This record gives sequence, C-alpha cells and structure tokens, in this order.
Amino acid sequence: MSDAHAYPHEPTGVETRKLGFWIFLSTEILFFGTLITTFLIFKGRDFPGIKLTDVYDIPFTSVSSFVLLMSSLTMVLAHNALETNDQEKTRVWLLATAMLGAVFLAGQIYEFTEFYHKGFELSTNIFSSTFYVLTGFHGLHVFIGVVLLLALWGVGQRQRGLSLNEGMNLEFIALYWHFVDIVWIVLFTVVYLI
Amino acid sequence: MTKIIEPKKQRNIFSRPSSETGIWSWITTVDHKRIGIMYGYAAFFFLLVGGLEALLLRIQLSQPDNNFLSAAEYNAMFTMHGTTMIFLAIMPISAAFFNYLLPLQIGARDVAFPRLNALSFWIFIAGGLFLYSTFLFGTAGAPEGGYLDEEVSRLASAPNGGWFGYQPNAGLKYSPGTAMDYWAIGLQILGIASLVSAFNFITTILNMRTKGMRLMRMPVFTWMTFAVSFLLAFSLPIIAIALFFVTFDRQFGTTFFLTEGGGDPVLWQHLFWLFGHPEVYILILPAFGIVSEVLPTFSRKPLFGYPAIVFAGFGIAFIGFGVWAHHMFASAISPVAQAGFGLSTMIIAVPTGVKIFNWLGTIWGGKLTLNTPMLFALGFIGMFVIGGLSGVTHSVVPADTQQTDTYYIVAHFHYVLFGGALFGIFSGLYFWFPKVWGRMYNETMGKIHFWLMLIGFNVTFGPMHWLGLQGQVRRTWVYAEETNLGFWNLIVTIGAFILAVAILVFMANWIYSRRKGEKAPFDPWDARTIEWSIPSPTPVWNFSKAPEIKSLDDFWHQKYGEDEDGRAVRREGTDELLLKLEEEGLNPDEEIHLPSPSYFPLILAFGLPFLGYAIIYKSVPLALVGVILLLIGGFGWGTEPLEEEFETSEENPDAKESSTYE
Repeated sequence: MSDAHAYPHEPTGVETRKLGFWIFLSTEILFFGTLITTFLIFKGRDFPGIKLTDVYDIPFTSVSSFVLLMSSLTMVLAHNALETNDQEKTRVWLLATAMLGAVFLAGQIYEFTEFYHKGFELSTNIFSSTFYVLTGFHGLHVFIGVVLLLALWGVGQRQRGLSLNEGMNLEFIALYWHFVDIVWIVLFTVVYLI
Repeated sequence: MTKIIEPKKQRNIFSRPSSETGIWSWITTVDHKRIGIMYGYAAFFFLLVGGLEALLLRIQLSQPDNNFLSAAEYNAMFTMHGTTMIFLAIMPISAAFFNYLLPLQIGARDVAFPRLNALSFWIFIAGGLFLYSTFLFGTAGAPEGGYLDEEVSRLASAPNGGWFGYQPNAGLKYSPGTAMDYWAIGLQILGIASLVSAFNFITTILNMRTKGMRLMRMPVFTWMTFAVSFLLAFSLPIIAIALFFVTFDRQFGTTFFLTEGGGDPVLWQHLFWLFGHPEVYILILPAFGIVSEVLPTFSRKPLFGYPAIVFAGFGIAFIGFGVWAHHMFASAISPVAQAGFGLSTMIIAVPTGVKIFNWLGTIWGGKLTLNTPMLFALGFIGMFVIGGLSGVTHSVVPADTQQTDTYYIVAHFHYVLFGGALFGIFSGLYFWFPKVWGRMYNETMGKIHFWLMLIGFNVTFGPMHWLGLQGQVRRTWVYAEETNLGFWNLIVTIGAFILAVAILVFMANWIYSRRKGEKAPFDPWDARTIEWSIPSPTPVWNFSKAPEIKSLDDFWHQKYGEDEDGRAVRREGTDELLLKLEEEGLNPDEEIHLPSPSYFPLILAFGLPFLGYAIIYKSVPLALVGVILLLIGGFGWGTEPLEEEFETSEENPDAKESSTYE
C-alpha cells in the first residue's frame, strides 16, 4: 500500500493513503453488517436441531475475547512507542500484539473443534452455518492482521528500526487491528450474549 | 524505468525508448490513460460477445416453435447475455471513462493509487476470463427428471440460472454441475476489481484535485464518478457476502438459501437486490455524467442548474439504496413493505426528473451543433425518458405484478440500460475520441451509426412492450404458434440485426478514424472543462504544470468573457492563449515524476482465478498456485518503490517542494 502519489496538494488535509484506508474500512463495515444481519435473521427462526446455545462455553470465549481486547492495548503501546521513536519498544509491542492475536486464533480453532465434536458442524443447520461463516470471516481478518504485524515486526527486526514510511504502515495496521477488535466486541455480544 | 524529465530532454519523450512501447509496456503500465484504453477495448470485446449471445436468443425467438437453440442453450445464453452486459461490458466501459477522464478533469497527473488501478483492471480481466472459461471446463448437468436428458452441448455448459441467480433454482439441486459456481465465483472476482477501483476513485477525487478545484467546481462527470464509486463501495460488499453464501451452499453443504436446512430463498432476493438496485444506478450515472458534459458544449451554454444536477445525482444514489424490494413485489413480502417500496420508487423518479429538466434547460435556446456526440446525447434523453416512464409505472404494485417477468420488463430495462447507458457511452466515445487519439472521427459514418442505432433500438425494444402486455413471458425459449406472438417477435429480431449493423458501422469508423482520421486540434469542440486545455492526444504527463482553477467551467472562462447582456464573447487573445497552452502542454519545463510500470498487479490479479478453480474442483495444488501468485504479487508490491530511483519528498517534504508537481 505504498502508492501515494507525490502530489503535495491534499485538499482534505488527510494523507492520501490514510484516506484510502478509511474508505476501505467503511466498506468492511458493510461486509460484516451483511453477515451480522443474516445471522440475526436466522437466529430468531424456529428450526429444529442443535443450536449454538447447546454447545457454547461463554467463560472460555470471554477469556479469548479479553485477550483480543488486550491486543488493542499493546497495539496502542506500539504506536505510542514509535511516536516517541523508541524503536525497540515498538518491536516488542508489535510482537506482543501478534502473539495475543495468535492466542485468540488458537482459541477460536479449539472452540470450532469442540463444537464440531459435539455435532455442531458447518452444514448441520442454519444456526451452525451462520455461526461458522460469521466468526470464521472475522477469524480470517484476525489472521491477516497477525500476518501483517509479523511482517512489520520482521522488517523492523532486520533493519533495527522502522522508517517514517513504515511507521505509516504501522498506523494502517493499527487502524485495521482496532477495527477488527471493535467488530469482535459486536460479534461477541450478538453471537454469544444476546 | 525512470521518467525524470529534464527540461532540455523532453524531445526524448516523443521518441520514447522501446521499453515504453510494445505489448509489455501496456501489460505493465500503471498510467491511468493506458489502463482506461485497455478497459475500453476489453469491455467492447465483451459487449460484442454479449451482443452475439443476444442475437442467438433473437434467432431462436424469431418464429414460433423454433428449434435453433435447445432449452438448455437458451438458458445459458440469456444468463450469460445479462451477466456479460452488466459486469463485463457496461461497468468496465464506464470504468474506462473514469480512468481516462477523472484525473484530467480534476487536473491531476494520475489517480491516487496507480498500481491499485492496474490491479483493478487485471482483476477484471482475470474475472472475465474465469467466468467465460465455463464454456471450456464448466458443466451444466440435468436436474433429476428435468428437461436436460439429451447430451448438453458446450454452448449450454454455462451458467443458466439467470444473472440474478435466484435461489433455490441456482442451487445445487436444480442447477447441478459447476456452471453456476463459475458464475458465483466469477462475479466475486469481478466485484473485487470494482471495489478496489471505488476506493481509488473516491480517494483520487477527494485528495488529488488541483489548486482551486473546489468540490463545487468539479465537472459533473467527475461528480457522477464520485457518486458511482460510493455506490460501488457500499453495495458490492453485500453481494460479495451473498455470493459467499451461494458458494458455501453449493460447495460445502450449507443451507443459507435452502429451506431444507432452515434457510430462506427470499433472503437471497433481498441481498441480491440490495446490491442490484444500486447497481442499476452504477450503470446509468456515468452516462448522466457524460451527457452533462456533451450537452452544454454543443449548446454553447453553461449547464442549467449545476448544483441541482449534482445533488440530484447524489439523491438518486442515496435513495437508490431504499427501493430494492420493487424487484420483489411478486415475492412473499408484506403489503406494508410493498406500499413503502412503491412509494420510495415513485420518490426516486423526482431527482431523475430534475436531471431531465436540467438537460432540457441546458439545450433550451442554445446554439445547437448536431454532430454525432450531441445526437447520441439527445437520443439518450429521449430513450431514457421512455424507459424512466415505463419504470415508474412499476411502482404501482398491482400493475407491476401483472408485468413482472414479461417482456414489458425486458423492454423497460433495455430502454434505460441500452437507450440510456449505452447511448450515453457512445456519446462519450465520440466526444472524447479526439482527446484520446488526436484524430477526428468520421462525422458521416458517426451519423449513420446514430440513426441506424436509434431505429434499430426502437424496432427491437419498442414492440417488446406490446409482447409483454400480450403476455409473452421472459426466459422461455419457445412460444406456441396459437399465441399470435410471431409477428412482433420477428420484427424484434430484425431490429436486433439492424443494431448489429450499427455496431459494425461504429467499428469501421473507429478503425478508419484511428488511422486515417483528420488530425484533431486540441480543443476541437470549443469545450468547457480543463481536459481540453492540454494537447491531443494527452501527453503521458497530462498537465505540464498543475492548472489553477478559478471557476466552474474554468477553461471556457479563460476563453470567453461576457458582454453587458450576459452573452459569451470570445476574449481578445484567446487564440494566443490556445497556442501558448499547446506549446506549454507539449514542453514541460520542470522535472516530472511518473509512477513506474510494475508486474505485480498482474501477478496478484491472476492468483484469484486459481483460487476460484481450487474451490470448484477442491484441488490443493490449484489453491497453492493461487496462494503463491498472491504472495509473489503482494510481496513484490510491498517491497517495490512506486517510482524507481526517485527520492520521494516524504523524508524531507520541504526540499523537493519547488521541483515537484506544483
């Protein structure tokens, strides 16, 4: 995403790449919005068969949700460290964020396998289909985020520091990461708590 | 591939090094003009393919009880005709205009993200090839006890569930085989292309405007691009998710749209039309933009009610998200919903009417030049009004339930999409021909094209109204002699062949004029917007220095002042101004940095179809090929600087200020 054109005049006052990224995130809202709407429509349907409420384990998911929320904190710390040009700390917090994201993903994989063994499979019924596609789509986003974080961490590790341009990338990844986090807060509420 | 242009060396640009011409320079280009031209040619190719499919349909329907196509072939042809025309012809031809003109109209040197722009184009090509590869690899099997007991021909091995893919008909049970998977995944890939270009254009319009180009000084075409980009950005995610569901239903046994597992076929209709209706405006708004440029130029008057036209465009775009269920009046939706969506459908006619009156106000009392682009623009108004009026009658629910799924509907949407969108597009193709190629098109052939097309169009689609009201049903491959539908169907088919001849005339004109056309002056129409203030064909660097905009229709006001009665009077010195502009445009006196060509958008884009095949054939090797291509593309992209050997001003913004674009 390093396509900003050397054009000094930016009438909106927002850096071009950042503006493009915000528009991308606004589209993401529609992606998740459609999925959540579908989930809610089917959630109220009266259809026989196993339901999420028969298999889920709220305390477990609460813990993994907490882990993901904490990763937002470490992301902020990484960004903060970069602002004060503390390169070492930036890398530490980047890696911490990636690790917390990976822990969340591991939790999701464990949860999916558990559900599967309890007979709650992707094609069992409409409740399982919507659950897996919705949370799986979010998990894919977390996975991409972890890959991006690790890539940035790797670059920083190799060069012993991030340049100004790469710092901009950190900002994008942070925006993305917080977005994915906020989506999870909505998902956790909608899928598990309501 | 540096293009740092020293003041004394600009002559080298004209005899460019061989690496900047030839096929690889096109394949790796990130220049918005070249991408626009490639979009145009690719889309026109698909327009021809979609047109051929339509001709096959019309031959089949030319007489009762005909046997030219089998039922299976007919289903495949109408599905591919609709899908091709919408996703592979009209949308990308609009994208061609956006690409070529948008940076020129706002005084920019390129779009905000040139490589993303190349990526959009290559994803579009990859998606189109993927969809059409169904004719080679796809299968359309027979539903149990269905009509397809005989062997299925290659022609029928294509998606056959309609461009709207209604469930459960398009599901695995009633559409077995892989053809509908090609459809679902092909549209998914094409959707990514449009999404990426939407981000790009929104960012470009917001952030790449030149000095003084305030929002309310932007040309209307730019405004409509802006509106269309928002429509794309907010409607495509919906269909993307819906297509995910379809693919999951067909490939992984889920039941999102199948009642067997608690799913809901009507949900598909909601999701599809929640995208599908904004899509209608995605197709027509670019044409609105084009005629809003053409009409004032050839009426020699400013556009009547510029703010009204701009806000009406956004009004249409906004309300366009709230009318989708009028496609579903025959489905199980409640009477309250029917009334509500009927009302919103009537309301959306208001901003559309505002535009029509603005265009009429623009030509009213103007000094009209009736050349080809103007004729097409006028034809556009007439045909679009017919289609719009028959459209608004569908907001009356009882009437709509009579007309739905008949040829009346077919007539209606061809009047807006062919008589509207395509007439507007042809108007634009002729209008900007001199700008793109530096030559004039042949006026006589252009006019023959227009009249053939106008006549052929009305002979084709006019009688469909009557056929529909007589009860001829859409998507049926044969009708009985006793229905007495034969006569008008034959007329319709004759009309379709007149249209084919018109397209041939257009192609002949294009090929001839590209090579032998008269040299075009750089402002042949005495036009109003700043893309005409630079040489034709447009130099690679667009503007040799960033223009400064002082008013709406800035170029016109540079050329013309007003006398005390408010009449336009050519300023003294306008001729010198034009000479000076051309001289300056060809000879930039400063360094120009253009983004360097890149292989990576191409590589990244062609990873996607492999992933598509991998899903259809559950093949790990194919998936690996796809992922590897994506990784090579993504990694190469991330590590390759946008411009070779050019120190960006990002490290020290002040140092380069004087030598960069401004």
